[in-house]
Amino acid sequence: MELLGYYNYWVFAIVLMVGFYAVIAKANLIKKLIGLSIFQSAVFLMYITMDKVEGGTAPIIQAGVTDQIYSNPLPQVLILTAIVVGVSTTALGLAIVVRIHETYGTIEEDEIMDMD
Amino acid sequence: MSDYWALALDVLSVVLLTSGGAFVLIGGIGALRLPNLYTRMHAASLTDSMATLLIFAGIMLQAGLSLATIKLCAIMLFLLLTGPTASYALANAALLSGLEPETIGEEDDAE
Amino acid sequence: MIVMFAVFLLSLLVITALAIVQTRNLFVAVMLTSIFSLLMAANFFILDAADVALTEAAVGAGVTTVIFLAALALTGERERPRRAGIIGPLVVVVSTTLVLLYATFDKPRLGDPLAPVHTHVAPWYLEKTPELIEIPNVVTAILGSFRAYDTLGEVFVVFAACIGVLFVLGAGSKAPAAIDGSERDSLGLRHHLIPQVVGRLLIPFIVLFGLYVQFHGEYGPGGGFQAGAIIATGVILYALIEGEKAALRAIPRGALLGLVAGGAMLYGLVGLAGILMGGNFLDYSVLMEDPVKGQQYGIILIEAGVGMAVCGSLLTIFHAFAAREGS
Repeated sequence: MELLGYYNYWVFAIVLMVGFYAVIAKANLIKKLIGLSIFQSAVFLMYITMDKVEGGTAPIIQAGVTDQIYSNPLPQVLILTAIVVGVSTTALGLAIVVRIHETYGTIEEDEIMDMD
Repeated sequence: MSDYWALALDVLSVVLLTSGGAFVLIGGIGALRLPNLYTRMHAASLTDSMATLLIFAGIMLQAGLSLATIKLCAIMLFLLLTGPTASYALANAALLSGLEPETIGEEDDAE
Repeated sequence: MIVMFAVFLLSLLVITALAIVQTRNLFVAVMLTSIFSLLMAANFFILDAADVALTEAAVGAGVTTVIFLAALALTGERERPRRAGIIGPLVVVVSTTLVLLYATFDKPRLGDPLAPVHTHVAPWYLEKTPELIEIPNVVTAILGSFRAYDTLGEVFVVFAACIGVLFVLGAGSKAPAAIDGSERDSLGLRHHLIPQVVGRLLIPFIVLFGLYVQFHGEYGPGGGFQAGAIIATGVILYALIEGEKAALRAIPRGALLGLVAGGAMLYGLVGLAGILMGGNFLDYSVLMEDPVKGQQYGIILIEAGVGMAVCGSLLTIFHAFAAREGS
């Protein structure tokens, strides 16, 4: 049961590397972007894992309840920002991929390198 | 008396939740084991309609008469509206892209 | 009990990620990414992060999927196998995974209340929020007031992404050489009755829910980002059903750009108003006579700015993708 305390981190490590593999080993540009977004989500998982306190609840202060343990709100703030920044960069990356497709006719990285 | 009432509500909600779970399981098995897309969609749409009704009814009985029940009712209505629409859109897309539903036997052979 | 549920959801995450990388059909990959985002939102909720779960569900499973699908419609759908070998990347990935797994044993166990992350600033925030700002949602208080400068930077990043997409993709469709202009209008799903009826029923409620989330960001999970994403999703649904031209008639491009720029400017102006009234930049306590009321009004104003900027930006990006004629 003690090892279950680390299960979140193991899942984080595996998903991180799966996303990273998609970025470096796949030639298709959209697949790379999807891998990047999986990579980002794994990092969010690690931060939010750190914020949980045993016996705590969401950090919304309920009026009148005095001895409630709250989970840490700080990583949540950071990850909220990071999610929106992630979707912005994904949208911009996809716009660039669309233009690459219009110019080169393909979005496979090795074919683009051949053409250049 | 109100103790029995609470017990009866608890038992009823457990029954509803379990049967909702059973419908989800049946839908999942059907979506995997049935032969082609249209039959699988029949199975998957079980989850959208029947299981939604049962599971939400079970949870609403647990929540009692409170604000949470009204919110759950609203969510259930939303799911009941959008689930079958998604199934329709999927079946329509499949039909438009050329996947024909299989029929049993020939209708124009004189047998 | 909840432990088993959490373990199950986490394992589903790993399986979905492996399936995404392995599949060759990009459409399947995008749909699986949407499911991955939804599973991630469920995981965040189990880990007590309600705001983050709402944002991930609205932004990740909603808007990102639409943008990916729009990009897929303009490029290809299949992935061709890579020519170079995969042994190199595989070795790198496996060795890094082993190093990371070894490193995770040094981290604090899940839920440990004595972990270093819980001892420094976080208890101060939890203690001072009812005193200085008096709103129940501590995450919104930190986002809007204690760390408002970071949120300002984030709004500017969203703004920059919108402008970047407009530069790359152009603001309107290239003039098509069409004989009859009206036929080139995308008709949307006009011929399909059922999505139209259901969509027309749902869109007002979606927008209403978005506004609810915006204004209740201080009392429960919610805030500007989630609200902007939800309202943008409602308008995107309208665009998908009625056609993109109808959506542009409903909310024209000028209004969208006004929303984006206006939202970012509102945030900056609230900050400057703090300076003009005698405090620091983004110091809301000087906005009104009562510092607590000043903080609350400051947070409402900047959340409105954030919601406007995010909604306008996501819609502009969607229209930029949708207006692009495929090659």
